[in-house]
Amino acid sequence: MMEIGITHYLVVSVVLFSLGVLALTTRRNVVLMLMGIEFMLNAANINLVAFSRYQGLNLHGHVFALFVIVLAAVEAAVALAIVLHIYRMNNTVEADRIADLKE
Amino acid sequence: MIENIFNSIPSFWPEIAMALTFVIAMIVEFTTGRKGSASTGMATGLFVLAGFVITMVLLPFQGSDPRLLFGSMYTIDPFAQFFKYLILATGIVIIVFSMQSEELRRQETVGEFYCFIAATTFGLLLMTGASNLLMIYLAIELVSISSYILAGFSKKLHRSGEAAMKYVIFGGAASAIMLFGMSLLFGLSGSLSIYEIQAGLASGAFAHDGDAIWAWLIAVIMVLAGFGYKISAVPFHFWTPDVYEGAPITVTAFLAVASKAAGFAIMIRFFYVMFFDSLVDVGKWVSLPHVEWNMLLALLSVLTMTLGNLVAVWQDNLKRMLAYSSIAHAGYILMGAVVMTDLGIAAMLLYFLIYFFMNLGAFYVVMVVADRTGSEHIDDYRGLGKRAPLLAVGLSIFLVSLTGLPPFAGFIGKWMLFSAVIEAEYIWLAIIGVINSAISLYYYARVFRNMYLREPVNGDSSPITLSPLVIVTTILFIVPNILFGLYFGPLVAFAQHSVKIFMP
Repeated sequence: MMEIGITHYLVVSVVLFSLGVLALTTRRNVVLMLMGIEFMLNAANINLVAFSRYQGLNLHGHVFALFVIVLAAVEAAVALAIVLHIYRMNNTVEADRIADLKE
Repeated sequence: MIENIFNSIPSFWPEIAMALTFVIAMIVEFTTGRKGSASTGMATGLFVLAGFVITMVLLPFQGSDPRLLFGSMYTIDPFAQFFKYLILATGIVIIVFSMQSEELRRQETVGEFYCFIAATTFGLLLMTGASNLLMIYLAIELVSISSYILAGFSKKLHRSGEAAMKYVIFGGAASAIMLFGMSLLFGLSGSLSIYEIQAGLASGAFAHDGDAIWAWLIAVIMVLAGFGYKISAVPFHFWTPDVYEGAPITVTAFLAVASKAAGFAIMIRFFYVMFFDSLVDVGKWVSLPHVEWNMLLALLSVLTMTLGNLVAVWQDNLKRMLAYSSIAHAGYILMGAVVMTDLGIAAMLLYFLIYFFMNLGAFYVVMVVADRTGSEHIDDYRGLGKRAPLLAVGLSIFLVSLTGLPPFAGFIGKWMLFSAVIEAEYIWLAIIGVINSAISLYYYARVFRNMYLREPVNGDSSPITLSPLVIVTTILFIVPNILFGLYFGPLVAFAQHSVKIFMP
C-alpha cells in the first residue's frame, strides 16, 4: 500500500490549477470562466493545507485556506451579480458576444 | 499574543476610522436610502467625505516610526505613511468630483457609490502596510471586489456592465494566480511573514539547490502577476483599457491613481524586503543566486511603457487614451523599481505626487466635457479652445505635464526618475524612456490640435458655460502643475523623507 505523501497532494493541486486555467482560456461562457477561477483558488487551498500538514509547519496554512474559502464566496457573490446584470442587458452570457468596448 | 493585539490597536485608528465610515454609511444607506432621491445620496457622500477627513486627521497620530503591528501582519513606516496620505487625498478629490458628475447623479443608488469608495480606500490603506502574505491577499481582494462593483456602477450603460464583467474575470484570474504563487512561497519558506521569508532566504539555505531556485522563481513570478494586474503592467494589463473606458469616469481616475499607487506600494515592499540587500552592493539584488530581479522588472518596465504609448496613438476615445497613457506611466514608474535604491524609490514617490495632480486634472476636464457635450470622442474636442477656454488651457497643461515637458511639474518627476536610472547605470533604460516620452507627445498633441486648430464638427461653437465650482476646481489643479514645476523643493524633500521601508 502506497503512502500518500505531499507529492500526491501537489500533483492534484497542479492538475486542478491547470484545469482552471484551461477552463478560463477555452470557455466563452462567463459562468464557466468563473468556475475556472474557483478551481484555481481551490488548487491553492490544497497546497496551503498540504504544506501545513506535511511539512510540520504551523497552522498558518489552514487559517489562510479558511480565509480564501470565505473570499471565494464573496467574489462569487459579486461576480454572479454582475453576470446577472450582464444577462439582463444583453440576453447572453457569452463573452464574445458582449463586446461594445473595442480597440 | 492577545496583548500584542491590544497594544497594536491605538496605532490602527486611521484604518479603523475608514472601516467604520464604510460600515456606518452602508447601514444608513440600507435603512434610509432606496428612495431614489439625489439628496440622500449627497448626504451619504458628505458623510463619507467627513470620514475621509477624520482618517486624514488621525493619520499624523499614527506616527511613522517604523514598527510592526499585530504580530508581523502590518507595518508602519514613513513609506506606508506617504502612500496613505496620497490615497486619502485621492479619495477626497474623487468624492468631490463624483458629487459634480452628471453620470453618477442620474443613478438611483448613488449613496452606495460613496460607501464602496470608502471600502476600496480601506483596502488600499491596508495594502500600503501589509507585510504578511495573508494580509497582502486580503487587502488586494478587498480592493478588487469593491472596485468590481464601482466599475459596473452606471447600471443603465451597456459598457459599464461589460467593464465590470471583464474586470471580474481578469481580476479573479490574477488574484488566483497570485494566491497559487503565495501557497508555493509558503511551502518553500514555511512562513507567511515576508520578514521571516527574507530571513530564510538571507541564511542561504536555498543558494545551492537548483530546483529550489526554479521553484522560487516560479512562485515569485506568479505573485508578480497579482501585483502587475493591480498596477496594470504589461502583460497583465488587458483589463485596463476596457475597464477604464466603461467605468464611470471618477472610478477610472480613482483606479488610475489610488489603486495604482497602492499596487506599487505593496510591490515595492515585497521586493525590497525579500530580495533587496543594500549592504552588499548598491543597485544589486541578492538573496537568490542566478536570478536577476532587476532585469525582470526592467523588461516589464520597457514592455509596459512601449505598449502603452504605441497603442495610445490609435485611440479616439479620450478616456481610453488616458487609460493607455496610464499604462505607459506605470512603465515609467517601474524604472524606479528597477533601481530600488533610496534615490530610485524617492523618484517613484515624487512621480506619484506629481501624477496625482496631472492625471486627476486631466480626468476632471474629460469628465466635465463629457457631462456638457455627452461625448469623450476626440472629435468632440474640436474648437474647445474657443468654446471653453479654461478647460482647454487646463487640459493642455495637464497633458504637457504628463508628457514631461518643462516648465510643468511632470518634467520634474521624469527628470528625477531618469537621473536615478542613469545613476544606477541603466543608460539603455533611460534612452527607451525618453523615446517613449517623445511618442507620448504625438498623441497628446492630437488633442491640442483638435482643441485649438480645428472647427467643431457640427458647427456647434456655442460657448460652454461653467459653474463657479468647475472653474475653481480646474484652477486648483492647474496651479500645482505650474507651481511644482518651478518650486519643487518641498515635494522632493517629502519624497526623500518617505523612502524608509521597515526592515527588522
